[in-house]
Amino acid sequence: MNLALSDEQEFLRDAARGALARHKTIDAAREAADGTELPDLWPVAVEAGWPGLLVSEDNGGAGLQPFDAMLVAQECGRVLAGVQLLGHVPASFLLDRGGYARIGEIADGSLRAAFCAARPPGDVVEEWTVEPRKGLKRAAAPSVSGDSVSGEVAWVPDAPGAGVFVVIGVEDGRPVALAVEGAAVQDAKVYDHTRSLGHVTFDGTAGTRLDVSPEQIASAWYIAQALIAAESVGTVETGLEMSIEYAKERFTFGRAIGSYQAVKHTLTEVLRQSENARSLLLYAGWAGEESAAEFPLAASAARAAAGSALDYAARATIGVHGGIGATWEHDAPYLFRRAQLSRRLLGGTHDAVDRVAGELLSSAA
Amino acid sequence: MDLNDSPEQAEYRTKVRAWLEEHKGEAPVLRGEGALTDENEIVAARRAWQGKLAEAGLAGVTWPKEFGGQGLGPIEQVIVNQEIGAAGVPGILDVIGVGMLGPTIIAHGSEEQKSRYLGPMLHGDEVWCQLFSEPAAGSDLAGIQARAKQTDDGSWVVNGQKVWTTNAQFASFGLILVRTDADVPKHKGLTMFVVPMDAEGVTIRGLRQISGEAEFNEVFFDDVKLPADAVCGQVNSGWGTALTTLMYERVTIGLGSEGLGYNSNRFAAAIGADPEARRDSDVRHRLGEIATELLSIKFTGYRTLTALQRGQIPGPEAGLAKVTTVNAAVKAGDLIADVLGPEALADDGEWSYMISFLPGLKSAGGTEEILRNTIGERVLGLPPEPRLDKGIPFSELRAKEKEAVAS
Repeated sequence: MNLALSDEQEFLRDAARGALARHKTIDAAREAADGTELPDLWPVAVEAGWPGLLVSEDNGGAGLQPFDAMLVAQECGRVLAGVQLLGHVPASFLLDRGGYARIGEIADGSLRAAFCAARPPGDVVEEWTVEPRKGLKRAAAPSVSGDSVSGEVAWVPDAPGAGVFVVIGVEDGRPVALAVEGAAVQDAKVYDHTRSLGHVTFDGTAGTRLDVSPEQIASAWYIAQALIAAESVGTVETGLEMSIEYAKERFTFGRAIGSYQAVKHTLTEVLRQSENARSLLLYAGWAGEESAAEFPLAASAARAAAGSALDYAARATIGVHGGIGATWEHDAPYLFRRAQLSRRLLGGTHDAVDRVAGELLSSAA
Repeated sequence: MDLNDSPEQAEYRTKVRAWLEEHKGEAPVLRGEGALTDENEIVAARRAWQGKLAEAGLAGVTWPKEFGGQGLGPIEQVIVNQEIGAAGVPGILDVIGVGMLGPTIIAHGSEEQKSRYLGPMLHGDEVWCQLFSEPAAGSDLAGIQARAKQTDDGSWVVNGQKVWTTNAQFASFGLILVRTDADVPKHKGLTMFVVPMDAEGVTIRGLRQISGEAEFNEVFFDDVKLPADAVCGQVNSGWGTALTTLMYERVTIGLGSEGLGYNSNRFAAAIGADPEARRDSDVRHRLGEIATELLSIKFTGYRTLTALQRGQIPGPEAGLAKVTTVNAAVKAGDLIADVLGPEALADDGEWSYMISFLPGLKSAGGTEEILRNTIGERVLGLPPEPRLDKGIPFSELRAKEKEAVAS
């Protein structure tokens, strides 16, 4: 039994924290909300070697595991850094295993990928589906015929500016992954200015079929779930640290507000939820490496717990700070914007919760 | 990340498993066909089984060898717990004695106490109970009012009432925390004693709970005489002794946290038996949230083990695990009863008992509110709640409390 980080993992995490600390990412989030363009952090990722984290060593990558990428995502989440890993990392996983010719460029980051994700079938919705532009009903995954794909995937993380899109389509009811180098992307940035999003449309667009199994295609979805979970836990850490500091310094009725049970219990609840989510990141990381059978449950549970922790923490951070926490001047609103958008991407937190139930009900049958 | 045993641990597990495989036929049957029903028979059979486990080295795994233990670490204790669970046999009867009170005696007791009590405790020949909580002192344990007065010949006389005492009805001895000096601040005037449960003046009464069953007792002490050498630790140093017990309580709970049976697969199976429920989005969402919480606790347990194995003290996640488990189980009880309907509340049912047990469990070992205060202060470093009892002699404090109620 050993869930401690290895020396290499600690180094990866500390190096990520160090590299991101050189950029004032939260200030950049504030300026971006006022219309200034967000600085491009992809060069930071390239320099650190993050684009190739999940690419095998034979293909020029680091040959690491989902958990390692999650450690980096967590650090990005801590400082709301808009590094385009949520799009690139799951895509790189399929490009690496699928025999993509330009995999070396994916590994070194000179070619950036985005992942037009499809939700794997479950016990209630039995088709592969993608994000709709709006509404509750999920959209059918694009259709693939031979080497061409048609259809739309909305709200794709990091799509604007990507050089290649890994799109999951369906051919004769079976999922197919295609690498497409030219697609129509409509910028869809909304509310959280640190998050790049696009609607991606394919219209008989030609691509390269990737030689991957339906299980690998499903794994890419769960890698994305695990990454957004890790990123969320990072953001919760920041909210909690900020709130604790303020609760010690701010006095009302002659005492620090952190001495009141109402505040103390709120922050203990943030801690409880974030520690639970942290435990599930370990479960997802373990399953991502050791147990393909448990990865859907583990990654979904991590997403569910982290999503709920982030929602709670973002509101608690504003609440503990009082009125100032709800103003443009403070950092708390940027955590809140992150929480609001994150819970609605890639199936949403709600879908991850449902998937946890579906996995358990299926295995209990 | 590695969830597997080290080679040494795997070897130990094989040994434990082999012993259980060979001897599990000798274990008492507590559930299903041929299960014992008479309480006296159950206790006798479980005591005998504890004796066999002790002989085999599967009780008191972490106790030092000189007291009959194995001198091993927490991981080995967990391996034993897991294998006992997997074999489908009961564990030791006296978890409170062997897990918490024995280690307290080892840390604070006299040489005579160690040699007299530890062996029979380990083998189940003498069962022990913990006499700490009182009707008016639980989370604020140092506020206890049971008292002992020393007589001219050095012996003591105990008066007062204890409550929530598990196993008192068949225990041979108890470890009791009482006040021996009311004129000093409340943490300072406490002393721990060993009390024979058959002493004159001890009255034990079952305390029935919501389910109708009496899992706990109230214990009354009326002029109970104890010899001078019944003191465990030093006179008026009982708070430190009690803290040792409470630390071992946390460790015992931490190492056996899967033992309560509140696990997501079990709940999913109950709900999944209803085809309508399987597809109901509200049921699924509630189940998904409950299961997420319970799954996290499983890995929190692994984190705790990792820390223990590396010689570290488990972090905050360990303390919050109980809050998560109890609240998730409460929600699970509600959900299952919603799905099954009133039938779920039938007296002899699996779920009715769980639903009735949980409201009390919320306060067991300290209320959730006090636990959140403690974690807020010790872990998050938030400033403490202002206190009105600091540095005030206990007798004065009691007078103030009475005055406040009267006004």
